[in-house]
Amino acid sequence: MAAVDTVKTDAGLAEFTAEQLAQVDKIIADHRGKPGALIPVLEQVQEVCGYLPRAIQAVVSDGLNIPLANVYGVVTFYSFFTMIPRGKHVIRVCLGTACYVRGGQNILDRMSQILKIEPGGCTEDRNFSLETVRCLGACGLAPVVVIDADTHGQVKPAKLEQVLAKYN
Amino acid sequence: MATVNLTIDNIKVSVPEGSTILEAAKSVGITIPTLCAWPEIHHTPGACRVCVTEVEGQRNLVASCVFPVAEGMIVKTTTERVRHARKLNVELLLANHPTDCNVCIRNGSCELQEVAESVGLRSVRFAYPEYKAKKLDQSSPSIVRDSSKCIKCYRCVTVCEEIQTACVLQPSFRGDKVFIGPPFDLPLIETNCTMCGQCVLACPVGALYEKDDTEAVWAALHDPKKHVVVQEAPAIRAALGEDLGMPVGSLVTGKMLTALRRLGFDKVFDTNFTADLTIMEEGSELLQRVKEGGKLPMITSCSPGWIKFCEHFYPDLLDHLSTCKSPQQMMGALIKSYYAEQAGIDPKDIVSVSIMPCTAKKFECQRDEMNDSGYQDVDYVLTTRELARMIRQAGIDFANLPDGDYDNPLGEYTGAGTIFGATGGVMEAALRTVYAIVTGTNLESLDITPVRGLEGVKEAAVEVGPLGKVKVAVAHGLGNARKLMDKIREGKADYAFIEVMCCPGGCVSGGGQPIAPSNEKRITRAAALYKDDGAVQKFRQSHENPSVKRIYEIFLEKPLGHKSHKLLHTKYTKRGTDMPHKKVATSK
Repeated sequence: MAAVDTVKTDAGLAEFTAEQLAQVDKIIADHRGKPGALIPVLEQVQEVCGYLPRAIQAVVSDGLNIPLANVYGVVTFYSFFTMIPRGKHVIRVCLGTACYVRGGQNILDRMSQILKIEPGGCTEDRNFSLETVRCLGACGLAPVVVIDADTHGQVKPAKLEQVLAKYN
Repeated sequence: MATVNLTIDNIKVSVPEGSTILEAAKSVGITIPTLCAWPEIHHTPGACRVCVTEVEGQRNLVASCVFPVAEGMIVKTTTERVRHARKLNVELLLANHPTDCNVCIRNGSCELQEVAESVGLRSVRFAYPEYKAKKLDQSSPSIVRDSSKCIKCYRCVTVCEEIQTACVLQPSFRGDKVFIGPPFDLPLIETNCTMCGQCVLACPVGALYEKDDTEAVWAALHDPKKHVVVQEAPAIRAALGEDLGMPVGSLVTGKMLTALRRLGFDKVFDTNFTADLTIMEEGSELLQRVKEGGKLPMITSCSPGWIKFCEHFYPDLLDHLSTCKSPQQMMGALIKSYYAEQAGIDPKDIVSVSIMPCTAKKFECQRDEMNDSGYQDVDYVLTTRELARMIRQAGIDFANLPDGDYDNPLGEYTGAGTIFGATGGVMEAALRTVYAIVTGTNLESLDITPVRGLEGVKEAAVEVGPLGKVKVAVAHGLGNARKLMDKIREGKADYAFIEVMCCPGGCVSGGGQPIAPSNEKRITRAAALYKDDGAVQKFRQSHENPSVKRIYEIFLEKPLGHKSHKLLHTKYTKRGTDMPHKKVATSK
């Protein structure tokens, strides 16, 4: 179960700034006692914190007086919510038809190898998250990798390290 | 309520509007197999798809446990299509279920086995892929979780969330990844699980079961250097027979005592004795609180699942709990002090075993503070099911055993002690003795019926001489306890005394009792205990117990005295609620 790994990588609340935690408290306070509060609260808290680790779920559980098991159930049910942190830079490797045909999978595999993470994961230093997408509408540039807002076209596996070096 | 007429398998049926096909079929003697539905606790998730039936006019087969009846409906429960679908659905369940039935703890009481038989399944085309991720959660001293066997019936979820309101076992993820367990797949011991074991009673398969301690007890029995003593809770005598082929509600006190002796226990005491002792201590504590302005309402502390629940969810109200240990722990402390002294046995050579209707007792006996004799007061706790297992292993023909007797000095008991096993029993026993102590006379009738029965929260008021009207309340099942606790928090509980039992119906339906509980069984087992009280026992009030009188004369001196305080009373721990990141503080 992925759940176990999440607990292991859970760094508690220490990683969040006082300002982030104050915002979390405010979001909870604004919704406390209202029916159906859990999903909007989780949505906004994820916006603030980037992801929903166990310690944050526990804060939400306590604040809204909803059992932790129910909070966890909702977080794991919806793919929108994530318990994996987001890197400073988000890499999206396109696996749409055109990119796939022109070696998108090789790009993804090489990227995984360099960053030592699976697609969906985040590097230990939290610098990069690796995601896949299905078509970015730039098929003429296939294979395409998008990092943050930059589109990199006709990417070659051998050149990836060079590309990544620009993002620190 | 309006009646609906329909036809099931060509039989005309009339049932109340809103009934399901499953219920309607049952009313005319047609049993539709199901694995998830449990109508008594309103649990019909329609998850297992074993109960499908054909309804004329419906394109697809329908799940009869959730499909409501309608006027003129025509239902067929055993068509070719239905039989094929049920077989396939069970086959698919088995494709994802280990096939180690022969060595499974639920061998013989598994509902999946039963259903596979009832749909006529004889082979499974889809082999279970290597006992995948066989990951046992053995962190709890009470309950083992084997998620590889879970069939996602959601029964434990409903019991844990709705009945016990502990909300530990919940579904997470979705689709084929659905997982039932504590959040983050935490080990049970790190959650606010009360260890009540109601989930174990609910589980149709071997995904949740009691931690089996029978091998350790056998080892002690086989060790010639050990003096092995045993105590049995009140509710065992009303349920053990059932697990050994006798009718529900058979009162088997004498056979139980004989069986224990034949298994090789050196001394057979009875927890009912310390139940009587609890009444002396708890009754005195109540009177002291009333007279000296102590914390009221005082709440009973016999039920370890309830105690752990209170520690997690109402840590601010722990001073309402009586400081009395549970009867099991009182007995444990006395065996390795009083009895050891009387018998001239070194307490370190004593192995103290208790037979309990309860999984939480396994946790209780391992609590840090339960070693007032200088040793762990109770070494092993076996549930009713485990004792039945040992009796079967020993090849004992239980139903035909002659009646035996308990040993002294910790065996003699009164009817007041025996009714501890049913909800309301502790309250009734306490009121009998408190009344007698305060007024010097007995209650006009010793049967205090308002506190008996299965209503969730029961109230009564008894006129107790100079104390005036004493208002009391009784709750069983933690959801009901919560109602009373919230009332106390709001300052609206004007009771003097509250009895709480963790499990619905009290110990007669505890998490260690024979599998598959029902209200009918709860009532029948309780009736056996009330029979023991009303028709079998010579004394019906704890303070009349000659052995209780004697232990105060020669050992304890007086209720709430110095020795009692050391051996028979305890303290509680504040635990976080659902807050694993918060530190746990200890009270007192």
